[in-house]
Amino acid sequence: MSSAQLEIQLIAVVVAVACALPGVFLVLRRMAMLSDAISHTVLLGIVLAFFVTQSLESPLLIFGAAAMGLITVALVEMLHKTQLVRQDAAIGLVFPALFSLAVILISRFASGVHLDVDAVLLGELAFAPFERLTVLGLELPRSLAVMVGILLLNILFIGLFYKELKLATFDSNLAAALGFSPALIHYGLMGVVSVTAVGAFDAVGSVLVVALMIAPAAAAYLLTDNLPRMLALAAGIGAASAISGYWLARALDANIAGAMATMTGLLFLLAFVFAPERGIVAIARRRQRQKWAFAQAALAIHLLNHEGTAVAAVECSAAHLQDHLRWEAAFAAQVLERAQKGQIISRENGLLRLTENGRSLAEQALVY
Amino acid sequence: MDILSDLLFNYTLRTVALGAAILGLVSGALGSFAVLRRQSLLGDAISHAALPGVVIAYMLTGSKSPLVLLLGAAAAGLLGTLLMMGITRYTRIKEDSALGIILSAFFGFGLMLLTFLQQNPQARQAGLNTFLFGQAATLLMRDVMVMAAFGGGALALMALFWKEFKLLSFDADFAASLGLPVRLLDVLLTGLLVVAIVIGLQAVGVVLMSAMIVAPAAAARQWTDRLGWMVALAALFGAFAGVVGATISSLGRGLSTGPVVVLVASAIVLFSLFFAANRGLLWARLRQTRRPLALIEAGGGRR
Repeated sequence: MSSAQLEIQLIAVVVAVACALPGVFLVLRRMAMLSDAISHTVLLGIVLAFFVTQSLESPLLIFGAAAMGLITVALVEMLHKTQLVRQDAAIGLVFPALFSLAVILISRFASGVHLDVDAVLLGELAFAPFERLTVLGLELPRSLAVMVGILLLNILFIGLFYKELKLATFDSNLAAALGFSPALIHYGLMGVVSVTAVGAFDAVGSVLVVALMIAPAAAAYLLTDNLPRMLALAAGIGAASAISGYWLARALDANIAGAMATMTGLLFLLAFVFAPERGIVAIARRRQRQKWAFAQAALAIHLLNHEGTAVAAVECSAAHLQDHLRWEAAFAAQVLERAQKGQIISRENGLLRLTENGRSLAEQALVY
Repeated sequence: MDILSDLLFNYTLRTVALGAAILGLVSGALGSFAVLRRQSLLGDAISHAALPGVVIAYMLTGSKSPLVLLLGAAAAGLLGTLLMMGITRYTRIKEDSALGIILSAFFGFGLMLLTFLQQNPQARQAGLNTFLFGQAATLLMRDVMVMAAFGGGALALMALFWKEFKLLSFDADFAASLGLPVRLLDVLLTGLLVVAIVIGLQAVGVVLMSAMIVAPAAAARQWTDRLGWMVALAALFGAFAGVVGATISSLGRGLSTGPVVVLVASAIVLFSLFFAANRGLLWARLRQTRRPLALIEAGGGRR
């Protein structure tokens, strides 16, 4: 592996972790699509800041862009508060308009500059190692230095306001009652998302920003109920998609950001299908198990009802289940087989009898 | 008057304006349902999700005919939507996150395939690139014909299932209690939305297509409380934004059609928010300043 390859992967991992951390709160607070809006409108912020500074290197660009992210959120809320449009529509109205404005400004007034829309949307991580910067005597790629700074900022923000964020996320009413301002936390988080989106979007493009913020956090949400664990898992899944995406892109000689976004989707799909407890396989198996358990309980209760009565000979025969419980013959046979194996019933001369186990199962089922 | 004669007699402008009008009309009409059903951002996700379909359709057939590419886009858009419905149905992940995942993962996948194709000099993807940002100026009459055919079909189906879609949009539970196949209707309506989005992709591109779903419908909503009027108005606004946007963009260099059309549509929304009869902000403000007077008069009368 050359040092350029190593650096690209390092940048990608730092970007992934920096995006995944605030992403967790976006997913939990149901504001995922704001990241999509912000990652597009920061372009307008960059363009406007560029008109002011006339330089693409200026750190003011990051501030201008981050401010535009906050303005986007404020505009969406303003529009929503008029009660004339719903929140989703407000998002869908604001960001295409601002993005269109940015595209027109660029193509009309800044076409000579290296600021083209393709690069903004798609990013070109492969070129990241060429732009270098000296920090503390170390010569680093510019995006690495910027992203490490942003990552530290995110960790600091989440670390300092962890309690407030947690409370505002899970019980905003209680947070407000305790004197935390949910609006302050909200805009703080949106500020962090905006800064992260700007920094990341310079390196990997706006689409990958959305992918890295949402997909790893959503996958982690399927794997755990514990917030610190979810943060760690999201960061890990983001980093894993970054590295595997890099190698996928190398193998196909394709766009790195695209391959990384593909990998976030694939890892999410894995979690969606196979997550213990919350994956669809686990859900299907649980339903299956519940179906048999319910059928066996129904059988046990039925037998308990008629045990030792005059009609027991009829009621407690295997053939009668089809009439009484409306079970298909094949299904009834399977239930009986499972019940026998589970030592809930025994069969004597074609009659079904409850075992001790079965009797206590039926009694328990009746109590609940 | 030059502009008017250009619209009528300049082949390129006429084609572009016609295409933009059709896409505005169809996306405005079908977008009304999306906006009413709180699915405004679905358009954003579908338009992004369509990209890999375009590329795969090209890889499989080697053809860049609009029909093939549109079918690919529609298939991928529909697959993305169904996956999204599955995610929200079977897990605790909410709609916004599901949208974000589908949008970015599908689009990233499409991007990867697109750049993968680029290595092959035989398969320069010039025609495919337009789907990213849209290039209305490259629209040909055959593209417009395909758009009109697909859009007309979608609108016809909408008219055919009007009553069902109306019920589904306003009271899905009631629709289900009447025995309507709600899930099937949901998929059908979303499928029509996919068609509306897919026919616009080539003209305005992936990123801005979502605005064409939301903006005309949101503007129309301000003027009326009736679904029929809303759909008709949204279609009108969409078509108007398309024609005006295409015309403006023909006037200057660096004015790409897609962004201009979106800005015109946004201006219509802004105008409607302020000036729409009854709901408009301006009238609300006027009512507010008049109310104290009215109260004083009423109070004085009682005394």
